[in-house]
Amino acid sequence: MFRKFTLSVPRLILAIFLMLLGAIFISILSKTQLVIFGKNLTSIGILASGLLFYSGILALIAMFESETVLSIALLAPSILAIAIFVYGFIGWSIRVSLSKWKGLNPDYTWAGLQQFHDLFVNNPRFLIDIRNTGMFTVGFILGCLVIGLGLAILLDQKLKGENIFRGIFLFPMSISFIATGVIWGWLMNPAVGNRITGINLIFKYLGLNSLISLWHSTPQPWGMAFTIIPAIWQLSGFTMALYMGGMRSISEDLREAAKVDGASEFQIYQYIILPMLQPVTLSAVIILAHMSLKIFDLIVALGNKAISLDVPGIYMWTTTFDGANYGQGAAIGVLMLISVAILVIPYLVQNMRSENEL
Amino acid sequence: MKRRTLINILLYAILIAFAIFYLLPIYLMVLTGVKSINQVDLKTMWSLPTSGLHIENFISGFKQLAPNLKNSLIMVIPEAILSSLLGSLNGYLLSKWKFRGSNLIFTLILFGMFIPYQSILIPLVKFIQFLGLYGDIPGLIFVHIVYGIPITTLIFRNYYAGIGTEILEAGRIDGASLLGLYRYIMFPLSAPSFAVVIIWQFTQAWNEFLFAVILTNQAHWPVTVALNNLAGSQLVQWNVLMAATLLAALPTLLVYLFLGRYFVRGLMAGALKG
Repeated sequence: MFRKFTLSVPRLILAIFLMLLGAIFISILSKTQLVIFGKNLTSIGILASGLLFYSGILALIAMFESETVLSIALLAPSILAIAIFVYGFIGWSIRVSLSKWKGLNPDYTWAGLQQFHDLFVNNPRFLIDIRNTGMFTVGFILGCLVIGLGLAILLDQKLKGENIFRGIFLFPMSISFIATGVIWGWLMNPAVGNRITGINLIFKYLGLNSLISLWHSTPQPWGMAFTIIPAIWQLSGFTMALYMGGMRSISEDLREAAKVDGASEFQIYQYIILPMLQPVTLSAVIILAHMSLKIFDLIVALGNKAISLDVPGIYMWTTTFDGANYGQGAAIGVLMLISVAILVIPYLVQNMRSENEL
Repeated sequence: MKRRTLINILLYAILIAFAIFYLLPIYLMVLTGVKSINQVDLKTMWSLPTSGLHIENFISGFKQLAPNLKNSLIMVIPEAILSSLLGSLNGYLLSKWKFRGSNLIFTLILFGMFIPYQSILIPLVKFIQFLGLYGDIPGLIFVHIVYGIPITTLIFRNYYAGIGTEILEAGRIDGASLLGLYRYIMFPLSAPSFAVVIIWQFTQAWNEFLFAVILTNQAHWPVTVALNNLAGSQLVQWNVLMAATLLAALPTLLVYLFLGRYFVRGLMAGALKG
């Protein structure tokens, strides 16, 4: 890996030139403002000049140091960004959650776990949030797994038009949760009597009057259960694609061998394919669960911030940015993070270990 | 043989039933979008238009959303390009220049794509205000690039890991340096991965709502925020709203329709090795 040190005068000049240029831009921008298309981009300009300066340093490193050092130096800006914007900000949020900060001016007076205590004790709204998230998570994951696996098995039958069906089942993934929420809000219109519409109207046409429903406007706690429908609409195709990927990795030989041994189509699924898909199910559960624990946009578009459909993501938003209760908002954010971290960290660690073994 | 045909008919029936379930909302959007206002009575929601096609709903929807569609576009394009370049460099270094602890660093970077952004939102707002980027699009671009580092790095790293080291060793013998190998060997091989990442980042940023609603002011709202606002207002007519929703979803729908293969690859990469 180590190269012999080679001095190259043009490169040295380039390095010094880059560093000088970066330094000059930084010193100019620290005194004046950079305005492009009427936008004040001074801080972006300083960042870019900093990167210019840093590229001069990189050129020096490329000349004098080993390539391992160079590769770390090239990664450094991204590592620094993640260190600040992910880990630094998490630490900062934790600090805010342990403070009394309420109102627009920062107040870091130590409050211990008071904010968390306030959420869990005597705060009916947060308890609704926990119940709603729990209900949503369970229903959403089960629905996606069952429909996703079912569709994957159907498409595994080598029918004609497989690609078209797969394309149709997956397309909702390309739409925003907001658009999904707006459309389904109209489909699941709760109006009754003369104003009956949406899916209810179809039920009426078909004479299925017993299926007519108030949907997500159903009184607590069951209204939340209906928000699962659009979520499944959007993500069951994704789950199907995960299962299809898993099935494709099961070798055709194995299936053939089972067939030769006299296994029926059904038995092949029961004893060979389904057990081999267990790791896929685990991944799917983790990915779907982490989505549902932080579900936000879909419920905003669907429920218009109704308390009966409240979830922690919305509570955090309103209490922080509408109510200026920063301590409380940070505490909700930290709790959301913990719930996701419990799920995701073991998955990431396991993923890393299996890579290290390779 | 007879039995097989019967089963096939049954399977198709199930598949078609599901296809209807998935397409129903799109059907409704298009149908309602082309109806005139006196035809979008709640009772005739599902009936076909009888007084001809009314494209003016789309024009009206477009007029309402045009500034926001423009905001989304000028946010998404630089964001997708810059974050794919950054991801490509990171992916190359983390797959071909492993050092002690590089897998740990990669895992620590990956964690960033799973966190609920509510847990970093307060510091983020304060920091973006401090940088003087609050309320406008450059700040949003910056934030999307930073929080896009994990997924873009992941996709490129997995892609480069599949390229054999022989080709790099050959380049090595010809005297190429770390950056030379990237410039002359890896980068030219990266086109499919760039397609995946650019499309993924485009779709994600176009559809994103939380950062957009918190970090921009009304003049700079991207289309998701404007659409949510439009849907919440009592004044807007239903046919216009449906046309507007379709317009807001159209860019990513078109990307899916024509470049779906790449989009799905990005989708699968997000599931790590699942």
